[in-house]
Amino acid sequence: MTGLPLAPMARMAGRRLLYAVPVLLAVTFGVFAIAAASPFDPVKAYAGTAGFSASQEALDQLRDSLGADDPFVTRWWDWLSAAVTGDLGQSTSMRQPVSDVIGERIGWTVLLCAVAFAVAVVGGTLLGVLAARRRGGMLDRAVTSAAYALEAAPPFWLGLLAVWLFALQLDALPAGGLTDTGTDVVTFGQVAEHVALPAAVLAVSQMPWFVLYVRQGVGDALDEDPVRGARARGLAGRTVLLGHALRSGLLPVLTLIGTRVPELITGALLIETVFSWPGIAAATVEAATSVDFPLLAALTVLATAAVLAGNLLSDLLYGLADPRVGFDG
Amino acid sequence: MSVRGIRAAVSVTAAAVLAGAAACSNPDADDDSGASGGAGTAVVVGVASEPDTLSPLLGYGKDGNSKIFDGLLARNADLELRPALARALPEVTDDGTTYTYKLRDDVTFSDGEPFTAADVVFTYETILDPGTNNASKGDLAAVESVEADGDDTVVFHLKYPYAPFAERTVLPIAPEHVAGKGDVNTGAFNTEPVGTGPYVLDSWRKGEKLTFSANPGYWGGEPKVKKLTMAIIADDDVRATRLRSGDLDGAILPPNLAKTFAEDDDKQTLAATSADHRAVTLPTGNPVTGDVAIRRALDVAVDRDTMVDKLLEGRGKAAYGPVPTDSEWFAAGTERPYDPEEAERILDDAGWRVGDDGIREKDGQRASFTLYYPSGDKLRQEHALAFAGDAKKVGIEARVESGTWEVIEPRMAEDAVLAGGGNPADPDFDLYPMLYSELAGQGFNNMASYTNPDVDAALVEGRESGGKTERKRAYDRVQQELKDNPGYIFLTHIDHIYVLADTWRGLTTQIEPHEHGFGSGPWWNVESWQPAP
Repeated sequence: MTGLPLAPMARMAGRRLLYAVPVLLAVTFGVFAIAAASPFDPVKAYAGTAGFSASQEALDQLRDSLGADDPFVTRWWDWLSAAVTGDLGQSTSMRQPVSDVIGERIGWTVLLCAVAFAVAVVGGTLLGVLAARRRGGMLDRAVTSAAYALEAAPPFWLGLLAVWLFALQLDALPAGGLTDTGTDVVTFGQVAEHVALPAAVLAVSQMPWFVLYVRQGVGDALDEDPVRGARARGLAGRTVLLGHALRSGLLPVLTLIGTRVPELITGALLIETVFSWPGIAAATVEAATSVDFPLLAALTVLATAAVLAGNLLSDLLYGLADPRVGFDG
Repeated sequence: MSVRGIRAAVSVTAAAVLAGAAACSNPDADDDSGASGGAGTAVVVGVASEPDTLSPLLGYGKDGNSKIFDGLLARNADLELRPALARALPEVTDDGTTYTYKLRDDVTFSDGEPFTAADVVFTYETILDPGTNNASKGDLAAVESVEADGDDTVVFHLKYPYAPFAERTVLPIAPEHVAGKGDVNTGAFNTEPVGTGPYVLDSWRKGEKLTFSANPGYWGGEPKVKKLTMAIIADDDVRATRLRSGDLDGAILPPNLAKTFAEDDDKQTLAATSADHRAVTLPTGNPVTGDVAIRRALDVAVDRDTMVDKLLEGRGKAAYGPVPTDSEWFAAGTERPYDPEEAERILDDAGWRVGDDGIREKDGQRASFTLYYPSGDKLRQEHALAFAGDAKKVGIEARVESGTWEVIEPRMAEDAVLAGGGNPADPDFDLYPMLYSELAGQGFNNMASYTNPDVDAALVEGRESGGKTERKRAYDRVQQELKDNPGYIFLTHIDHIYVLADTWRGLTTQIEPHEHGFGSGPWWNVESWQPAP
């Protein structure tokens, strides 16, 4: 790959990086504003069950110590000025520094998301091609209707269904956690066994999009002139399908990969909660309901960065795949 | 969608995705698979919730049984205080404001450092520090100062005589040399605690489980249960299934699920009696619920025994106040039998006349109020509906609605709430915050804004007089007043049910508080369990 247009690609990445700054500022500001407007009281959330028997004096001290009465703009500015120096602050809900919370958890989330995403892309492409090969056929109709049905199904519902079927009824896979209840040691086998169900559910919830896009793309491509020409030249059906139609039909999937990142993150949010997976998505739920500003803001920045990176990646790939698009975005 | 002209990008994408996946699917795991402890020495129990922190400075284990730590005192199966880190029960001066504890001198923390009086002073002073985010610090409101007298004596000076103070000193003691470093609110000590207790923490994966192993140098002798895992499983059905599959050795279960294990020969069921009550608050500020006739009528109109039979499947007791009927503090004769005719008579006499729709009225005021329960709490929902059904029969309408605590809290002064709570250790712990008039509207204290000068006087007498006889007399008065002017309609005390594998002997339960499952439960004294012969 000597012909990579590295310079324009780098320029595009640089432009996007500059563009990311105001986006991140706006997003974190928005998070602080929404959290402040939410009915959740950070003091009650912090106190937890102890709050039901807490004295007013203790609650007042907590409110003061947590800075819960400060206007959210002040809190945002304090957080921001500390964050740029690398200090992400202290998570009140986890009673830990934010960097520790994220450090302990992000690996598990990346693992879960990567496995699920890879399965979704590969599986989706495979099923899409099979469906496109004979549009209107039995397989196509089965795959397409299943895809539409799954697209409508919320991931947490799929997760509960999977727990019920595979863990409770069949007892084939563990219902949750990172390792078996009785053991502490994180081994490869244990993790592989425990990641299977949540990753599969997350993959299945993402797969319909890939199936439908690939099916559409490849199906359209099969009707196009170059493909018809290849057929006319007497090339084998397999070569035409994989060599010509698939290549052309995958272009929309590139865009899709970038645009699916937000969905993947929200999906992981629900899946991690259902499966007690110790990732950052589960911490996000906790942070949101506890109005844990520093943790919430850091996690939002992470999610936003992931979305922006996903968009950049798909634009770069798109530019590479179709030189007419270029790297001007 | 029209798509044209594409070449090599496909393989690039695929390669990128796969490379990313491969790089990430390499978990930082060591391949050491020597996992669970030997059979027969490990116990895995399933509970519904986990602590927010493991630091006693922030409130962990304040009522004892903290596993990792010890208090100056501890409670036995009958909730009697006995010495723990202290050598004996405290010496109290005659005016009840000075408590002196002599400490054991043979205790070390699990990191090998000796335990001294300085650690006790550090623990209490840190909790009382305004900068420490401990919501339960009100428990120690009576403390004026704590001082060490040498290495083995600690003296507490109280602001006022506080009779149940010794009960507060089951609070776990943290090591100054560890917990004193770093931020008390967010430091490493919150997740990596060091204590003097029978167990040391191996790991804590939040939302999943905590694992403990026996502390070989425990001053009370090394526990027989070498490895203890507390799995956090919020869903009752999942917990029951995992107990059945053998994944768990024990679990807390609601009565209907516990019943499904009754036939299993290898399972034992333990029912812990409790001070965990369910009650309807009757806010003084509401013209209906603030009316004494309405209150007294409701108090005899509710069919508590049927609630125990139907809602709790017999696993509980009728409640007439926060003090359970089998407690030594219960005022005999304050039971209120179910008597709907009496309720109607009270209402008729007070001028509440039945209107066209069957609901009573007085001076244009309908006998109708809203009753909230926290959404998702099935047991409270059932209590609320049963209460409303009984009230309807005597012509009082309780409109049952659900809401989150965020919705309920601002309405507590006006609307009734199906409340729960209870701490069996001392009558002061429930009666004072529920009934003392000055606490009305403060957090979740005195939710009904109950105001009764006689009760206030008796509550103060009860907490400040040292002798048990005087205290008993004071609390009898409170309970009698609660019968004459009920600010809350107490419905039931709920038994907590635990199912365990039949491999350990002599399991007991304490009388349990409202908060239970982690510190309470048959594993309250897991360090003393003996294997079955």
